[in-house]
Amino acid sequence: MKNGLILKVKDLNVLLNDQSIIESLSFEVKRGDALTILGPNGAGKSVLLKTLLGLIPHRGEIEWAKGVKIGFVPQRLPFIKDIPLSIKDFFNLKGSPEKETEAILNSVGFKEDFSRKKIGDLSSGQFQRVLIAWGLVGNPQVLLFDEPMTGVDISAEETIYNLLAKLKGEMDLTILLVTHDLSVVYKFSTDVICLNRQPICYGPPQEVLTPESLQRLYGGEVKYYQHKH
Amino acid sequence: MDNQFLLSLIVGISVGGAAGYLGSLMLSRRMALVAGPLGHLTLPGIALALMYGFDVSLGAFPFVIFGIILIWLFEMRTKLPMEALTAVVFASGVAITFLFLPIEQAEAALVGDISRVRFAEAIISVVLAFLLFLVVKKIYSKIVLINISEELAQSEEINIKKYNLIYLGCIAIIVALGVKMVGGLLTAALVAIPASTARNLSRNLTQYGFGAMIIGGLSSSLGILTFKLTGFPAGPLIILASTLIFLISLILRK
Repeated sequence: MKNGLILKVKDLNVLLNDQSIIESLSFEVKRGDALTILGPNGAGKSVLLKTLLGLIPHRGEIEWAKGVKIGFVPQRLPFIKDIPLSIKDFFNLKGSPEKETEAILNSVGFKEDFSRKKIGDLSSGQFQRVLIAWGLVGNPQVLLFDEPMTGVDISAEETIYNLLAKLKGEMDLTILLVTHDLSVVYKFSTDVICLNRQPICYGPPQEVLTPESLQRLYGGEVKYYQHKH
Repeated sequence: MDNQFLLSLIVGISVGGAAGYLGSLMLSRRMALVAGPLGHLTLPGIALALMYGFDVSLGAFPFVIFGIILIWLFEMRTKLPMEALTAVVFASGVAITFLFLPIEQAEAALVGDISRVRFAEAIISVVLAFLLFLVVKKIYSKIVLINISEELAQSEEINIKKYNLIYLGCIAIIVALGVKMVGGLLTAALVAIPASTARNLSRNLTQYGFGAMIIGGLSSSLGILTFKLTGFPAGPLIILASTLIFLISLILRK
């Protein structure tokens, strides 16, 4: 793999139940990049993440850098509140030693003893931060996020993106993030893939997110404004 | 204290404890419901065992395996809800049983009879319950993660098919052991009620799993003690003791 690359995807095709979900997708991710996968509901974004994790059969090439560790933060965990689970228990399921659990929880802004709290008692924002922390167990170089803002209130959203940006800087993380939220792309990513089963655009958001590409992505009229930093 | 009573008590505590512990895994994703149809489906096996005088669990076991294959087929091949499966399996199990089981033996098949457990049966039950506890302890965290999210478990490289197979095997064994105690009709309660009680009272996974085990053992011993005092059948008394502890847990719920 070329110098500095952590992931290379070439001509990826995914079929589920005889339906084409992703067609002819190619992209590369450099170490330390933040790649956002943008698209409407049902566009194949989550399927792409799962395919990258090796959970879904595919055609085409997916090549991760040798020995790379990947952390995954899923979109929703609807059954987790069925079980009386403390945060410490949740981390134990991944084999995280107590000291590491405390250190990671600390890095996402929780104080000592927080790990004794019951998962069912957390707010949606706290739960999302716990999920991010869970993804960090084992010191991964890459984190994959599936819609990290689902069900999180607006005030907590800001905190979570700030947290992701902070962690990315501190831990030298490469982040792949699925979203349908356009504002996230400008705030957070070095590159964006616009996906609606087929790739529609790919590159730095300021260059590739044009009114035309967004219209092709979402269909109809899209309110468009460009962030300039 | 007579030996027969002691034997029943030891089997009751072991099987009740193991059922409670396994039940704590089955409560999420509504798996506890599966024990219901499986229990009902063992009725023809129990009937055969009673008619020909062999161990009830031995008679029940092949039928549980058949039930698990049936559930697997239902899940894989149809989109029918679990309630439909319960209705089909329950009705068929009971219908086949009453075709050929003499009515005077029906009570033991329906609500169990632990009071006449023989020494060899008791030893086998206790050993199996202990082995089951060890296996469940070993797979516990993996199954919890699978219950939370199969994707998350897969991303942690957990072999879901392998663990589900072991898990279903454990359910088959506990149902086969449970029918001896509480009969084909009440097996689901043996796994579901202690776990529900423990869920009301616990704040973490250790309290939940071991709590369900202790409550399962306690319910069985209370039920068997009450049987000794009153002479009512032990199976329903075990379930009623379990229900009573559940009601108390609702009051104590944090």
